[in-house]
Amino acid sequence: MSILTFDFMRRALLAAVLMGLAAPAVGTFIVQRRLALLGDGIGHVALTGVAFGLLTSTSPILTAVIVSVFGAIAIELLRSRGRTGGDVALALLFYGGIAGGVLLTNLAPGGDTGSLLSYLFGSISSVSSRDLYVVAGLAVAVVAVIAIFGRELFLLCQDEEVARASGLPVRFLSLLLAVTAALTVVVAMRVVGLLLVSALMVVPVAAAQQLTRGFRTTVGVAMVFGVLSAVGGLYAGYQRDLSPGPAIVLIALALFVVAVAGRSLIRTLGVRPGPGMLRRARANGRGARHPRHESTTPASARSDAEATSR
Amino acid sequence: MTPRKPPVFAMTGGEARLDGRLVLRGVDLRVPAGEVLAVLGANGSGKSTLVRALLGLIPLSGGRTEIYGVPAARFRDWRRIGYVPQRLTVGGGVPATVREIVSSGRVARQSRLRPASRADRAAVDRALAAVGLAGHGHHSAHQLSGGEHQRVLIARALAGEPDAFVMDEPTSGVDAASQAALAGTLRALIGQGRTVVLVAHELGTLEPLITRCIVLDDGRVAHDGAPPKPVGEHALPGHDHVHPHGPAVPDGGPLGTWDRT
Ligand SMILES: Nc1ncnc2c1ncn2[C@@H]1O[C@H](COP(=O)(O)OP(=O)(O)O)[C@@H](O)[C@H]1O
Ligand SMILES: [Mg+2]
Repeated sequence: MSILTFDFMRRALLAAVLMGLAAPAVGTFIVQRRLALLGDGIGHVALTGVAFGLLTSTSPILTAVIVSVFGAIAIELLRSRGRTGGDVALALLFYGGIAGGVLLTNLAPGGDTGSLLSYLFGSISSVSSRDLYVVAGLAVAVVAVIAIFGRELFLLCQDEEVARASGLPVRFLSLLLAVTAALTVVVAMRVVGLLLVSALMVVPVAAAQQLTRGFRTTVGVAMVFGVLSAVGGLYAGYQRDLSPGPAIVLIALALFVVAVAGRSLIRTLGVRPGPGMLRRARANGRGARHPRHESTTPASARSDAEATSR
Repeated sequence: MTPRKPPVFAMTGGEARLDGRLVLRGVDLRVPAGEVLAVLGANGSGKSTLVRALLGLIPLSGGRTEIYGVPAARFRDWRRIGYVPQRLTVGGGVPATVREIVSSGRVARQSRLRPASRADRAAVDRALAAVGLAGHGHHSAHQLSGGEHQRVLIARALAGEPDAFVMDEPTSGVDAASQAALAGTLRALIGQGRTVVLVAHELGTLEPLITRCIVLDDGRVAHDGAPPKPVGEHALPGHDHVHPHGPAVPDGGPLGTWDRT
């Protein structure tokens, strides 16, 4: 392929694949924990980190790692303090992060906010080989955390109280997940951009769960979708000279639409999934093949009616 | 039972506040090993708060509580405890299979870097079979009915093979088949000498299994002793134990209601 003859393109492609693997893997746990906005919060804070790097002429990617890790820890501590005020605290970090980023960049010698744009929406040509090493190292760390702590993180995200009553180090695991999310944000920053980072943590997961029944398979399918979006978006961006970030996110969204369509196709052709699956499976096993009129109301809403009807 | 063994749970003067409001008002409770304790009481009387405090999930604002003789905050031997929380749905937005959820009950027994062992898988199989879900591990937990879902949560606790179980309203809103499955599971556990703390709105078919009963009223223990005997009108033929027993358990529908805590 001719586009691979460009060094920067090869680097960008590798960064995109790493991001496509790491972001949905972490994202599945984040979505499970109903923290879909965590990535956005960290992304905004990371902007201040980038600006700090520009101001001090150090590598923006390293300063972004440091600042976003601190931001993630702050967000997690505020979250665990209690529900009330948690979203306000997140909002404070959002706006503080953006304002701090722009202000610090203005202060930088010859700094104009245009240099932030490539961090906000991603840029293919800006991935240096040193950046690539950092990105690759972070991506390996992220995937290693998921592989080693996945079992514990699953229970943590499933039910925090049960996790605690199982003896899991709940506070450590919560911080670990937040820090891993922060590293993922930095991995994705160069390619997809800070404002759209979160999309790659959430949208491939939302698409995957249209088609899957289990958590593990959701992680796997989401990672496949993540790589497809990242590589596809990068290629489209290169072909048309577009920002890669928006192209990647639009492809991820297109995959989501396709997955939703695929799911309804499966439903109309085959068994329609709904509550009370097991009972129906047994009923079918006895040979009864009734047309299905079951409601799709969730178990919670039906439990009373179901209980009293017996 | 040797007298030297510490009780499974021991709370003295337990007080707990939620959002500043006193929800437990001086609870004294010892649960010796092998006991099958029912915790009854109206909605909002503090049953869930009590069991969460017993497990150290809520810090006490007064008094103290111990698990196997160790203050709850310092207790580490969690593989001995199985907790079935009061939940409407499996948490979170991502699908998970029945087997994945039940397997997560083994986590206290597993080491980080080792994959699930044969013993782990066997324990999960036994737990699924015990609640009548053998062969259904591959189903998505999001597609379960209320009763099936409750059985999955019980199986998760069973999979860890603990000595003591804390179950918060496992029978509420559960269909007859699941009720029967739960009664069978409990009978087996009691036969093995496990300790069970069972929060319930009413006991129903579980009543013969209970060895002791406390009734909470507004955060206080209003009754502590023998389970309510089926006497008087309760002994009349045709009475089928579908309403709450005793005057201290005022409300609740035929099978109780789910309340979110
Ligand atoms: N997280 C909470 N914050 C504030 N109040 C709560 C919370 N959870 C429960 N409560 C209140 O504490 C009381 C006891 O609740 P709970 O222990 O759940 O009762 P039960 O399980 O007996 O229905 C209720 O009045 C309830 O409204
Ligand atoms: Mg309760």
